[in-house]
Amino acid sequence: MLSRVASSIYWLNRYIERAENYARFIEVNLNLTLDLPRGTTEQWEPLVATTGDHESFTGRYGKATKETVIQFLLADAANSNSILSCLLAARENARTVREVISTEMWEQVNRFHLMVRGGVTKGLSSRNLHAFLADVKANCHLFLGITDATMSHGEGWHFARLGRLLERADKTSRILDVKYFMLLPTVAEVGTPFDIIQWSALLKSASALEMYCKQHGRISPNQVAEFLILNPNFPRAIRYCLIKAEDSLHAIVGSESDRHSNLAEKRLGRLRSEMDYADMADILSGGLHEFFDDFQLKLNRTDDAIYETFFALRPIEGNVVKEKAQ
Amino acid sequence: MGIRFSHYDPEGFYDELYEEKGQPRPGSALLLRKFASLPEGELQKRQEAAERVILNMGMTFGVYGHDGGHEQIFPFDIVPRIVSASDWEHIESGLRQRMRALNLFIDDVYHDQRIIKNGVIPNDLIHSSKGFLLPCMGLHPPRGIWCHIAGIDLVRISDGRYYVLEDNTRCPSGVAYVLEARQVMKRTFPELFEAYRVRPVDGYPSQLLETLRSLSELPDPTVVILTPGIYNSAYYEHSLLAQKMGVELVEANDLAVVEGSVHMRTTKGSQRVDVIYRRINDDYLDPLAFRSDSLLGVPGLMESYKRGRVALANAPGTGVSDDKAIYAYIPKIINYYLAEEPILPNVPTYICSDRRDRTYVLEHLDQLVVKATNEAGGYGMLIGPQASQREREEYARRIEADPRNYIAQPTLALSRVPTLVEDHLEGRHVDLRPYVLHGRDVYVLPGGMTRVALRKGSLVVNSSQGGGNKDTWVLS
Repeated sequence: MLSRVASSIYWLNRYIERAENYARFIEVNLNLTLDLPRGTTEQWEPLVATTGDHESFTGRYGKATKETVIQFLLADAANSNSILSCLLAARENARTVREVISTEMWEQVNRFHLMVRGGVTKGLSSRNLHAFLADVKANCHLFLGITDATMSHGEGWHFARLGRLLERADKTSRILDVKYFMLLPTVAEVGTPFDIIQWSALLKSASALEMYCKQHGRISPNQVAEFLILNPNFPRAIRYCLIKAEDSLHAIVGSESDRHSNLAEKRLGRLRSEMDYADMADILSGGLHEFFDDFQLKLNRTDDAIYETFFALRPIEGNVVKEKAQ
Repeated sequence: MGIRFSHYDPEGFYDELYEEKGQPRPGSALLLRKFASLPEGELQKRQEAAERVILNMGMTFGVYGHDGGHEQIFPFDIVPRIVSASDWEHIESGLRQRMRALNLFIDDVYHDQRIIKNGVIPNDLIHSSKGFLLPCMGLHPPRGIWCHIAGIDLVRISDGRYYVLEDNTRCPSGVAYVLEARQVMKRTFPELFEAYRVRPVDGYPSQLLETLRSLSELPDPTVVILTPGIYNSAYYEHSLLAQKMGVELVEANDLAVVEGSVHMRTTKGSQRVDVIYRRINDDYLDPLAFRSDSLLGVPGLMESYKRGRVALANAPGTGVSDDKAIYAYIPKIINYYLAEEPILPNVPTYICSDRRDRTYVLEHLDQLVVKATNEAGGYGMLIGPQASQREREEYARRIEADPRNYIAQPTLALSRVPTLVEDHLEGRHVDLRPYVLHGRDVYVLPGGMTRVALRKGSLVVNSSQGGGNKDTWVLS
């Protein structure tokens, strides 16, 4: 597979996954603020902080309000990570690999792009915002389903899954981080019914509430964090994402699952095994927020290694690795 | 009662679906009866449904020189053009003849130039053509075929005959729209395809792949399509053809010449490439051979090509037969190489570099269509009768400054096809671009791109200039 093509498939899927997660970011905050006790001010600043685009936001909008933050995360073409920008980038990437992905995948990206652009152009009120965000998520799921059902599960598909799952692992860590930034009215409210409501809203935004409840029943902050970080079976949990991403990486390289033959495999393998052996006591002792900071840094390094290993356009050396029959 | 087809009036033009007012041609009676039987507003609904399909398919083209929104949705009209089996037989034999002659001509131009020595074509005309490339002299493309893929523009005028308007022998585009228009029509009028015997067009990608594979001696050559990238106006087509042929779509950056052979960069190292269907112009193929200022292209590609390490389709240098001044000589070229009369005639053409022709052109600018010899896509064109006095004066100056760059032709009353305008049918002018492949044999796709000038009275059918498309039904 062409390096350029592999890169486009990887980014196509990262952008689609990012759009879905931004929809989830906005949803979790809408849910949290709706449940705030009377008299407390809505908190939108934390949401911008978790995306890492705080500077760009403050520079152009100044104060974080519900309107400005939603505009920034959803409809701002100048924010390269907004849902609108993600769809535009996803579509451009899909266009460059139209011949590799299935027609159905292409048409879904195209329709999805038209749907988001249409919604943004018409304007979103708080009345139709929930429906719009639900649509965004459903369209991402549809793309994922179409990909699984219409594309051969070969190299291209594995690059798609690799991109999607690394993006998802990153964003799940950021959704959990929202809770860290979300200031409680008083410290004394930790563990109160209100605190519990916030944690369940958070689970809900990761579509994890039902699966969590099946496993643990009652909501306990530690178990929620554990479920979203360390669960090996829940598809939005960080550890699950890393396990499957690593499977795809090995499938691309064609190497044994316990070996590494390049930097990408080495870094991803190391990160995955950290999750295998971590427990909540360790994580909490160092601080949850610090844990996520460190995790996101390592994930970025893994992404750099993937770029270097597969996508970078290096000059072709004199001795050629593979030739077709002469 | 929806469309009352008895009211449709060809208004003195040759109409592809009507013999005269209210009188459909034999092949189109069924179609028009079907339209007439549709309930009020149904035809418009289907037009809208077709447009939705096109939008969702992301069927687009790019327009040069427009800043906002590179891509435009492809304008499409759901009333098809119908070509009878006997008309098609005539067209096909004419195209086969022309394709053979064009290739013999190009091969001769780059070798012995017998046609010049025998005084059929002036030496000047060949050597001053921008499409003539000196670095191609003496090259031997596989089996002596230079132009493997051509899109030859035909028009039909009041006398009911088809004429060749242009030979596009460089990188003709549009075939994707033929394939996609058919898909859209099948979704829009499934019942008509059951009633009609329309010859299928879906075989084109596999014919094209066979043509490309025939350029290599290897049992299983690696074929790629080389595209300038997503900002090219025909990118949609490049990706569609790559997808349908199952070959890689590469950009110049994906390729490199290593030890004389062309390789593509993959995630697992590099892989040898044997045949390149290039959709970039000669000038941009190889910065070492043609334009050193170009960032595009694959350094060393021409050298590899000359040594026969990689095949190119079309071969570099085919533009010489695509020159609009040389076009005027094609009937003589056919006669010279094949000792046959042209089956499809040319449109009378005045060559501005010829003094007598030029004088005539300058005196009759208000009646003629002037075209730049090396342009395509409807750019660099003046339609005399519809132009303003100032535009005509501007062209007169241009012609006098650079006569070799211009030809002129009479303004043709192009045939028309009924086209949906709001709730009724009106005649709109069309041309027809069939696609011809030359691999081991010559293959003509049964159908082609019918371009329609959607603006009332307009004669310009190019999509960059307000043109649209229709499906072309060749009946069996």
